[in-house]
Amino acid sequence: MIAFNKYYNQFNILSISLVVISLLFLIFKGLNFGIDFKGGILIELRSTDSKVNVSSLRDRFNQMDLGDVSVKKFGNETDYLIKFENKDNKKNIIEEVKKNLDKSFGNNIDFRRVENVGPKVSAELLRSGIIAISVALALMLIYIWIRFEWQFSLGAICALFHDVIVTLGLFSLLGLEINLSIIAAVLTIVGYSMNDTVVIFDRVRENLRKYADIKIFELTNISINETLSRTLITSITTLLALVSIFIFGGEILKGFSLAMIFGVIFGTYSSIYIANTILVRLNVSQKTILKDEEKN
Amino acid sequence: MLYFSKLKIIFILIISLFLILIASSNLFKFDNNFLKRNINLGLDLQGGSYLLLEIDNKPVIEQKLQNLTITLRDYFKGKNIKLVNFILQNEKILFKVNEKDKQKVLDIFNDKKSEINPYYERFKSHQLEITEENDFLSVIFSKQGLIKLKTSSQEQALEIVRRRIDEVGTNEPNILKRGNDRILVELPGLDDPMRIKTLLGKTANLTFRFVSNNNEDSFGNEKLNYEDEEGSEFVSKRIILSGDNLLDAQPRMDSEANETVVTFSLDRVGAKRFGKATSKGIGRQLAIILDGKIISAPVIQDTIAGGSGQISGGFTFQSATDLALLLRSGALPAPLNIIEERTVGPSLGQDSIDAGIIALIIGFILVIVFIIVKYKIFGIITNTALIINLLLLVGVLTLFEATLTLPGIAGIILTVGMAVDANVLIFERIREELKNEKNRLIAFDSGYSKSKTAILDANITTLLAAIILFFMGSGPIKGFSITLGVGIFTTLFSVYFIARLLTVLYISKNKNKEIVI
Repeated sequence: MIAFNKYYNQFNILSISLVVISLLFLIFKGLNFGIDFKGGILIELRSTDSKVNVSSLRDRFNQMDLGDVSVKKFGNETDYLIKFENKDNKKNIIEEVKKNLDKSFGNNIDFRRVENVGPKVSAELLRSGIIAISVALALMLIYIWIRFEWQFSLGAICALFHDVIVTLGLFSLLGLEINLSIIAAVLTIVGYSMNDTVVIFDRVRENLRKYADIKIFELTNISINETLSRTLITSITTLLALVSIFIFGGEILKGFSLAMIFGVIFGTYSSIYIANTILVRLNVSQKTILKDEEKN
Repeated sequence: MLYFSKLKIIFILIISLFLILIASSNLFKFDNNFLKRNINLGLDLQGGSYLLLEIDNKPVIEQKLQNLTITLRDYFKGKNIKLVNFILQNEKILFKVNEKDKQKVLDIFNDKKSEINPYYERFKSHQLEITEENDFLSVIFSKQGLIKLKTSSQEQALEIVRRRIDEVGTNEPNILKRGNDRILVELPGLDDPMRIKTLLGKTANLTFRFVSNNNEDSFGNEKLNYEDEEGSEFVSKRIILSGDNLLDAQPRMDSEANETVVTFSLDRVGAKRFGKATSKGIGRQLAIILDGKIISAPVIQDTIAGGSGQISGGFTFQSATDLALLLRSGALPAPLNIIEERTVGPSLGQDSIDAGIIALIIGFILVIVFIIVKYKIFGIITNTALIINLLLLVGVLTLFEATLTLPGIAGIILTVGMAVDANVLIFERIREELKNEKNRLIAFDSGYSKSKTAILDANITTLLAAIILFFMGSGPIKGFSITLGVGIFTTLFSVYFIARLLTVLYISKNKNKEIVI
């Protein structure tokens, strides 16, 4: 049996600092919102012309006076991702850009993907993204509250907030882009982290009924160990699937799968070192669950 | 938990085989209509264009209020009440009236049987709201009045948008209402939406008006530019003829002038008016105006009585075709703005499919190998259930002809990764039970029953996340929520029916041998 409980304090301090650091990053550095949430234009283009490279593209775009333009390689040697604000809200901006590029590079440029999100839509998408995550957290809270005692709910919710905040904090730190698929990833992380926590809690509660004389400090450790191989196997298979998406699934899914990979790792960690320690700190005992069962 | 009745086994087999058969219809062509189903590919996989259009209702509201000022003046004149100092600004009419008549006016507006301010019984609201503002009375559309106006202009716009897109002839466009002032257009397979965007960007408000001799911006005149931005003309505000009177419009090569023109034919009312105007106005210039810009302003040579004519204006064949198309399909009630556009070229779509399938195959193999190494014989059972799970998932998606997007493929891969969770929970539990329980059957049975709540909890939480995504997400993300959500049900089915059935078969065959999980 691994003595997870020996490190409860250390890891709690670590988690609290991670959350605080993440919050500081989120407040002061902020998130790198993509055009879904910020508005603007994204063009993914492919060119077989050797004249086309990041700097020649950047020159070309800067001449068009589009404001802040970002030009990046995107996966392949021949693919580029260009993003800019459409500050004057010009109607035919994409056609103008295309014409302009064709003029300088000949007709060797193929627009593989174009996204143009107006300011009104991006504001709505951001709002609905925030609502979606809030509703998800609220629903999880209600669900776990129905299923378990309040001490357990508190533990699970703390674990959830930890995972969401630290994942977003990491995105802020690394300057990775937040777009619609990241919202999907965060929601899935919420589901996954909850799932992981609930499995251990289920065992904790079962053991609470079984052993009246074991203190919660020991009991959580027993429960973690009993469910450990399941926790690891599921995390590993999920990570295998995610790593496969990350490596082979194409550029578009990179952000999504990376967010999920972080989330699964944090989720696994938090169900061991956050959810359980809260039970210990709230001094949950057999009485806690029996009292509740009498009431029902 | 271990007993299966014969009936149940047959039931499980029928469901599985049925769904697998449906799934296979993505690969083979069936003649049967019921089996002839396919998973729809989302725009991000097959390529295509997604456009979200917003109707700019401001001109409509102002036009309506403009008309209303005349109606109000005439109506109250009939009641011997004089309304003066009309001002139209910020979607609001302001006017003055004698102090003694004020209450009368207010009463007429607020009467449920009012002739000028319709009352909607269903919404308990009038169309217009009247309030006192300093010396003025102010009239605006009420909340319900505005909603009515918006939905009606949305309905008209939807019809016109549909006609224009149908005329261009793209395959299976999807044109839907969103809210009360938006229209969503999905155009599968279209990689360059430029033409459609140009066509939808035009209100196509056509009018024929005389060029005025009076060269000043006065009440009855306005200065309009030519479409090519070269020169302008003072044009009368009086409309001789509008696009509403048009029956048909076609591009044609005018061999005499050697240029492309648009010919049109008018309905009876239009023909009469056109005839009258051209006979009176011989020698005058008649301006043909589209969306506030003059296309051309030819001098009338002769009376045009036949109800048909032609518009020239230095068109190319393409621009003449487009103009004819716009005139045929009619004018939009209000300008449309494209507020969101997402276009994926077919080559990227195919690349995404390829990448998604490779990621799925590799992810699948990795998980399968890991499980075999971990669980040996029970790994084979888990993997069999996993493969069937995948087929069932594809089967259900095909059955409902769901739309598969790139995030949707990610959802399937994720399902593969998470689906083993339930079996792992069960096997780990059985392992524990086997330590204390000598009777294998009892150990297996309690392993299944004791792991049940954890499995249920785990899947409900994921399902909750998927449901929220379904309702909040758009397009591609919705595709993810669908595969994730459906995956949960097929996972539970494959774990509790397929894997359990296989487990039962295995232990009843090996009654006397040692079983190790």
